[in-house]
Amino acid sequence: MSESEQPVDLKSYIRLCAVIFLVVLCTTSAMIAASFSDHLGSGWTGRVTVILGIAVINAFLVAGYLMHLLSEKKLVYTVLCFTVFFFIGLMGLTLWAMGNFPVGTINH
Amino acid sequence: MQSNVQQFPPNRPEAAEAHSDHGHDHGHDDHGHHEHHEPGFWSKYIFSTDHKVIGIQYGLVSLSFMLFGFFLMVMMRWQIAHPGVPVPVIGPVLAALLGQPAAHGIISPELYNSFGAMHGTIMVFLGVVPLAFAAFGNYVVPLMIGAPDMTFPRINMASFHAFFLGGLVMLVSFFIPGGAAQAGWTSYSPLASTIPTDGQAFWLVGMVLLITSSLLGAVNFIATIIQLRTPGMTWMRLPFFVWAQFVTAFLLLLAFPPLEAAGLLQLMDNVAHTSFFLPTGLAVSGPVGQVSGGGSPLLWQHLFWFLGHPEVYVLILPAMGIVAEIIANNTRKPIWGYKSLVYAALVVGFLSFIVWAHHMYLTGMGQGIATFFQATTMIISIPSVVILTCMFLSLWGGSIRINTPMLFALGFLPMFGIGGLTGLPLGLAASDLYLHDTYYVIAHFHYVVAPGTIFALFAGVYFWFPKMTGRRMSEFWGRVHFWCSFTFMNLVFMPMFAQGIKGMLRRMSDGGVNYSAAKVPGVIDTLPGTVMELNTWILWAAVGLGIAQIPFIINLFWSISHGEKVKSDNPWHATTLDWQTPTPPPHGNFAHEPHVVRGPYDYSLPGEANDYTPQSETGGKSAH
Amino acid sequence: MEIPYTVKNRPDTGIYNAKLGVWLFLASEVMLFGGLFSAYVLLRVGAQPGHWPHGWLDVRFGTVNTILLALSAITTLLAWAACKVREFGKFKFFHGCTILLALTFLGIKSYEYHDKWIHYEIQLKDGTFADGHLEEQDDKQVVLHGRIVKDEKDLYDLRAQKDIQLGEVKIDRANIVKMQNYGPWHNTFTAIYFTLTGLHALHILGGTLVIFYLWGPGSKMYKTDPERFTNRIEVSGLFWHFVDLVWIFLFPVLYLT
Repeated sequence: MSESEQPVDLKSYIRLCAVIFLVVLCTTSAMIAASFSDHLGSGWTGRVTVILGIAVINAFLVAGYLMHLLSEKKLVYTVLCFTVFFFIGLMGLTLWAMGNFPVGTINH
Repeated sequence: MQSNVQQFPPNRPEAAEAHSDHGHDHGHDDHGHHEHHEPGFWSKYIFSTDHKVIGIQYGLVSLSFMLFGFFLMVMMRWQIAHPGVPVPVIGPVLAALLGQPAAHGIISPELYNSFGAMHGTIMVFLGVVPLAFAAFGNYVVPLMIGAPDMTFPRINMASFHAFFLGGLVMLVSFFIPGGAAQAGWTSYSPLASTIPTDGQAFWLVGMVLLITSSLLGAVNFIATIIQLRTPGMTWMRLPFFVWAQFVTAFLLLLAFPPLEAAGLLQLMDNVAHTSFFLPTGLAVSGPVGQVSGGGSPLLWQHLFWFLGHPEVYVLILPAMGIVAEIIANNTRKPIWGYKSLVYAALVVGFLSFIVWAHHMYLTGMGQGIATFFQATTMIISIPSVVILTCMFLSLWGGSIRINTPMLFALGFLPMFGIGGLTGLPLGLAASDLYLHDTYYVIAHFHYVVAPGTIFALFAGVYFWFPKMTGRRMSEFWGRVHFWCSFTFMNLVFMPMFAQGIKGMLRRMSDGGVNYSAAKVPGVIDTLPGTVMELNTWILWAAVGLGIAQIPFIINLFWSISHGEKVKSDNPWHATTLDWQTPTPPPHGNFAHEPHVVRGPYDYSLPGEANDYTPQSETGGKSAH
Repeated sequence: MEIPYTVKNRPDTGIYNAKLGVWLFLASEVMLFGGLFSAYVLLRVGAQPGHWPHGWLDVRFGTVNTILLALSAITTLLAWAACKVREFGKFKFFHGCTILLALTFLGIKSYEYHDKWIHYEIQLKDGTFADGHLEEQDDKQVVLHGRIVKDEKDLYDLRAQKDIQLGEVKIDRANIVKMQNYGPWHNTFTAIYFTLTGLHALHILGGTLVIFYLWGPGSKMYKTDPERFTNRIEVSGLFWHFVDLVWIFLFPVLYLT
């Protein structure tokens, strides 16, 4: 019983969903365009950054609107904040460790 | 005193009535007998959704696994002390059961490796965690917060069944061709993918099941503690045990999944022949293996220890919770520094996620990352010391009641202290490079877990047994159990510090004989004879430790039907809500929803008639 | 015995039990996929220069699947909204769509798997490599629809090569040194591709089963306890959206870069 997200009538809700769907279509197209575009340099670094940036926007839309995260309770935010922090720790520290070897290490 | 114990808040006469015929007339085995229809055996004991039955299920199964894991260890100690000599008495049984790896009753090096890997796995994932977290957590947490059950009773049942299945898979793996996993409980790749046995695949499948079980349990615990606290049970009125379980549940929830991911990847390596953890050009006993390569062995270690270190706190936090409850109860005064305990537990839980690579200093780490992990490791010792200090200070000025639970709780304090302090040299890269992979490490973490956590768990068993069964365990045999265990535990583990400092390596099936005998010219320090002799001492101390458990086992089962009956629902005169239920608690626990009006440890309030004031008791001056 | 807050929100936390439960579960899922994504990043960063494949997967299929999942996320939400305003018929329609979309997704996914399964790389005795889809094979020869390259490196970055000519390639069995399809064992890219998408597909399958249960036999609860049923739809929808969220990252990471 989520009092905070009452869909008052179905029609306006369908309209909102249609908008979100269109936006998702646009971001997906933008990702594909970025992937095949010649303007983002020859290497992959810049391209990956742009594409993942768009993916994050896309994810924000899904989490924020479809999962109602924008109007969720503080408790859920707290749990997710810790999770994201630990996820960043896992990936970040592992990457750091894998890039940080004593001078002279040939293979790892 | 016993007779006019305040069993239920006085303003609820029906509740007092409901319980009064309980403690006296009913036997031991009637958990959940208050249902309107009498459920059959299967739905009552096997497919039960009652948190208390599930807790007892977890307890019995994990105690059995602990005994089994202990047995594996004694076999290993025999092999270490007498390499190549048939195991007396049990040798022929092993040969009949396991065939070639135990031919003539001699434990082959492969079998030794299996036993080593499975001893660690069973003790950690099938013994201590399910007992400390799932068994005590399930039985006690809902009672302590005044809840009728866990939030998701059926998920709770599923959690136990996944655990049981996982344990079964682990056991079955002993009997497959090639035997159980042999790569240590840490299962480092590429070793784990190159030993020719399917045992590793069994191990991984078993682990996925156990991890699933832990996740379901963790979700359930967190949701229960957040959602089902009874009115008035604010966060700062939760008993410390509940806080400890709460933090533990978060560790399991967020630290286990990366290991599940790693387990899936290693399963792919072993079954689908991928190369997630196998480097390019990997040579297995000569020729280069037929794998694509390109993987990273260190990735396994990172993912494993991302769980592995929080796991240490999963093992220790519930134990600390139990000890805190018992100390407060038996010193008859509030636990010292309740808030510091709570915050320290939270900080420990948080920091435990960012210390894991101190297990990996020897993997050729750069200075930057090593410094970071040394710093976090040193910082995390502070809240641990805060917790231990609070417990020591709680003893000061109390009129201490010595009974079996209290003895075990008191035993926990110095044992955990030794275990914790000897960990500091392992957290610093410079000293760890020398001590890594020696018996010093074994001694260190066993001091934390064996005489530490397991003592606390024994304390918990003796402490809550009257609530579970309505009878006490024998005090005399309890004390015999404590003193013998205490002595032999130290005789087993203390010599290992000496062996480790002398450089004796762990995971050697001959206990270092070959290492010691190798009189290489120019090498100054091989293992001296005295260090090798300690192996024999440790063997017999371990056997003694095993014998010391016999009084406990007999006491446990005998007392279920023959123990001294408790005269009230609150035999220890405790303050927390778990003692405010009928004995044993019926399905649904409380006759009426309790209302909490005070903190968890209101012992010896000035001006009160009794030296304890239950959390749900109104009146009295210093309700806070 | 009744467990509190199964339907109503607990006043101080503001949510009901199952919703908290599913968010906790999703937190653990974040860490599960987080571990796998970390593995992906490490394998990619640690690959030898020029050895990480590009353009091995068909972007068209990936795009269609992305759109299918986005649509199913919308229908899931509308199914919940329909329950909320107590329009049971519309709920049945929207969740019926969800199930069909999910099954189509799985169909396309298995076609893609099959495509990799029959795709072979064959090392020949003269040091060249044949690469393509298996057309037929017998004891004597193997027929591929593909091409022959001089250097194995030419097989990695397909996006960099503009004019790839594919045709029928006949190979004598006697000339073959090593023949391997593009299964998970082929290299670390196919390994992580199959693992990530496989685990994701399992989530889709599990989610579909749950939604199917709630759509079919489980929907009986709508008559007795509509509020609780709506909560179930919401909670299962949260899981479904999370699965969509994972795909939003899988698609660019595997197909586009």
